[in-house]
Amino acid sequence: MFGTGLIVFRETLEAALFVGIVAAATRSVPNRTRWLMLGAVAGMAGSLLMATAMEQISDWANGLGQDLVNVVILSVALLMLTWHTIWVSTHAQEMTEDARRLGADASQGVGPLWAVALAVAMTVLREGAETVLFVAGFASGSPEGIATLMLSATLGFLLGVAAGWLIYSGLGQVQPRRLFAITNVLILMLAGNLASQLARTLQQADWLQWLSERAWDSSALLTNDSLIGMVLHGVIGYDASPSQLQVLFYLLSILLISSAARHMRLRSTTA
Amino acid sequence: MRKSFISMAIIGAFLAPLAQAADDEVTLIIKNHLFSPAEIKVPANQRIKLSVHNQDSTPEEFESHSLNREKLIPAGAKAVIYIGPLKSGRYDFFGEFNPTTAKGVVIAE
Repeated sequence: MFGTGLIVFRETLEAALFVGIVAAATRSVPNRTRWLMLGAVAGMAGSLLMATAMEQISDWANGLGQDLVNVVILSVALLMLTWHTIWVSTHAQEMTEDARRLGADASQGVGPLWAVALAVAMTVLREGAETVLFVAGFASGSPEGIATLMLSATLGFLLGVAAGWLIYSGLGQVQPRRLFAITNVLILMLAGNLASQLARTLQQADWLQWLSERAWDSSALLTNDSLIGMVLHGVIGYDASPSQLQVLFYLLSILLISSAARHMRLRSTTA
Repeated sequence: MRKSFISMAIIGAFLAPLAQAADDEVTLIIKNHLFSPAEIKVPANQRIKLSVHNQDSTPEEFESHSLNREKLIPAGAKAVIYIGPLKSGRYDFFGEFNPTTAKGVVIAE
């Protein structure tokens, strides 16, 4: 009973933190709620589809089908966050102005909201398919009965969503001028987290063999499945024992995206 | 005759690493929410192919923090997970969906 809720909470948490941070970062963009909802709903619908096809997916590529799908999902999400970050950097001025007169002039600065929506859909899909498969798999043979199982699953889901809401409303307390500086860093770390998980997936499937040694082991200090560990994983991409390649991917993606954004910002201000 | 010998040698050269790779393959079975074998001995500093077969009617997730691996295995399905190269030592793994029963350890030596 407790276990079910915990697993659903864990899966929901990462996606909810992602959505919360992205929602805070696009606060001043008109229509963003509609787009983010669209992304989340599409991700949930996709989760149902993917869960029903998971057995076939697992068999693809000699037992590496899931890794293949995950590589695509993670890469798309990473590309979309990159796009968003670069777009924001060239429109930062407008966005802070928009934030100041929130909703006053909603016609300009729509931005590539579909990119953010797609990133949200991918994240919800990745976590959601697993959750659906887990709940559906155990609902049939559960000794505790379906009602209890669904109740604890719902509770876990709501707690996860609440954590996403908490980070969103927490960021809402920040002044608009500072908000962008903070959400920019948070979005970069989300991208780093995606890149790190991409590296791990590539190594798990043996598609990349370099740097598979462990970079460090901080599990004595903070385990992955402690509450703080889970939250830090969702927000900054914490991993208690990452491979060297994961660390490299994490740092490299942050470095590349932020320098591309800086380059674009300089170009847009001098132009 | 000589031609066929050469082609045999070439085929052999290609198959040799495959045969070697097969040595480092370990099959792991999940049944009644238990891993079998629950203790896997593998050579250290080598890449290992873990072939996990879930024979239960419920899904399972192979998870290990120390191996840094996580993979879903649907009911009745097989999945392949590559691990290592590992330093000598013990690496715990468990089934995330049945963590009280599904436990195991990889021992690299």
